[in-house]
Amino acid sequence: MSLAKCERELKMVLKECGNKNEALLPCLHVACEKCGYLTEEIITFLAKELNLPPVEVYSVATFYSMFNLQRQGKYVIRICVSLPCYLRGSKKILETLKDELNIETGQTTKDKKFTIEAVSCLGLCDKAPAMMVNKEVYGNLTPKKVKKVILQYKAKR
Amino acid sequence: MKVVLKNIEKRGYKGNIDSYLKEGGYNAFKKALKMKPDQILFEIKKSKLVGRGGAAFPTELKWEFAKKCKEYPKYVVCNADEGEPGTFKDRIILENDPHLVLEAMIICGFTVGAEEGFIYIRGEYFKAYEILKRAIEEAERNNFLGKNILGSNFSFKITLFRGAGSYVCGEETALLDSLEGKKGQSRVKPPFPTFVGFKNKPTVLNNVETFANIPEIILKGGDWFSQIGSPLSCGTKLYCLSGDVNRPGVYELPANITLKELIEKCGQGVRGKLKAILPGGVSSNLLTDKELNITLDYPSVQKAGSMLGSGAVIIINDSRCIVDLAKRCAEFFDYESCGKCAPCREGTKRTREIFANITQGQGNLSDILLLKELQEVMYDTSRCGLGQAALNAVRSIIEKFPGEFKEHISKKKCKLKICPM
Repeated sequence: MSLAKCERELKMVLKECGNKNEALLPCLHVACEKCGYLTEEIITFLAKELNLPPVEVYSVATFYSMFNLQRQGKYVIRICVSLPCYLRGSKKILETLKDELNIETGQTTKDKKFTIEAVSCLGLCDKAPAMMVNKEVYGNLTPKKVKKVILQYKAKR
Repeated sequence: MKVVLKNIEKRGYKGNIDSYLKEGGYNAFKKALKMKPDQILFEIKKSKLVGRGGAAFPTELKWEFAKKCKEYPKYVVCNADEGEPGTFKDRIILENDPHLVLEAMIICGFTVGAEEGFIYIRGEYFKAYEILKRAIEEAERNNFLGKNILGSNFSFKITLFRGAGSYVCGEETALLDSLEGKKGQSRVKPPFPTFVGFKNKPTVLNNVETFANIPEIILKGGDWFSQIGSPLSCGTKLYCLSGDVNRPGVYELPANITLKELIEKCGQGVRGKLKAILPGGVSSNLLTDKELNITLDYPSVQKAGSMLGSGAVIIINDSRCIVDLAKRCAEFFDYESCGKCAPCREGTKRTREIFANITQGQGNLSDILLLKELQEVMYDTSRCGLGQAALNAVRSIIEKFPGEFKEHISKKKCKLKICPM
């Protein structure tokens, strides 16, 4: 089922890259974006197309932190926990997030809306503490600001 | 004096091709097209430009080695996998002046005889990715990229490639493996990428900031560039100030500024009382207030026992527990180690465990010796820079703040009440 959602796009990327191994990362990006996560079906499909053992695709998929093998929430919150953000209070921000959403780091809410990920430096140290919600950047965070942002997303369908 | 941020700091500059052309964009490339590749190399040699990604390797040598290689095709790769905590200069360049980097890559391709280039941009830089994508399309429409560029017989194309959240991919050989669709794990060097790089072909791999210096060097000459800064460290450097400082940000300065000037003039002083400084991100050795007068160029910082790296200057004030910070650094490297070589894979793990113990009041005085030994082994035997530098900060913290360490271990006390004793 999952493959159906992204097969067309995957074939396009594969064609662009001439079915070479370089297509693997772009394909995994596309699959994650379209389906939310990588299923066995997608992995075996890519392995077949690229003439790789499925375990090779699996090992690449699990090596990179942006690829997921579990279903993620609709909104993935990436909060930076590296030193510059830590110095500016990322610990409190993470606590606030966990309290607001009632989940731990790495977990997804029951309604599959939010996932919290604690990540390494996002390159937003001039706006520390910072986080990203999907592609959107939020900087100079305070617990109050975080609550507001979460409310906005909760209101979205 | 601005070289890299000259356009970005102009009011009203938009970063699209029209504003870039208005500021004299692509004139360097037009000039380069009329020069011989050896002349271009000579200008870069005279400029004494060194790599800005952290290793400070002479740029001209990379280009020259790749040019001399008889293997074809050759490749140009821009390392935009900015991941060192505290570094955000490349993002500023890519988001605000993407054509500067494209122009430099095109010049590089022309010089070394490459027809294809890649920009490996980190996965989390969504905005920069979109901006670069648009910039490449603009450049193609204006025939600065594509076939027979500006009527010459030189052709060049640039492909954008997104990373996927791996710090080690900033290391050049790990980046190349990742670009080939594999796990980002480092290769054994030598051979260096200039000889055996992407798909085992000669590859020039430079950092975003390094490339961003090239157009001005071509336009104004290597001699002009080498006059900026100090003779030991030519040109300007982008410093990323972060942490406990009043005004964090990216500042471009000639590389002869002192640490004190950077913190006070640009950063408008420390928030609170200064305790320590990491001058090159979490991979560098810690400096203290006694070393405020050092000049921020590569050799001087090295002489002070640290490294400038990518220029990520992280300020730490006295409300921070240094053991807690060391634990943070240890956790970061444990998470990001690629696992290929044993010293780094095991070393980062054990370091993390040791710090977990110390901060929970279960430390042992022998841990200090053990950490020092681990640092030496990892420095000597790890395959790439990640493992070699992973315990730099830890080691310097042990040496510069022995009291705080011993207090945590023997008295099982964290004076600042940060560690969960």
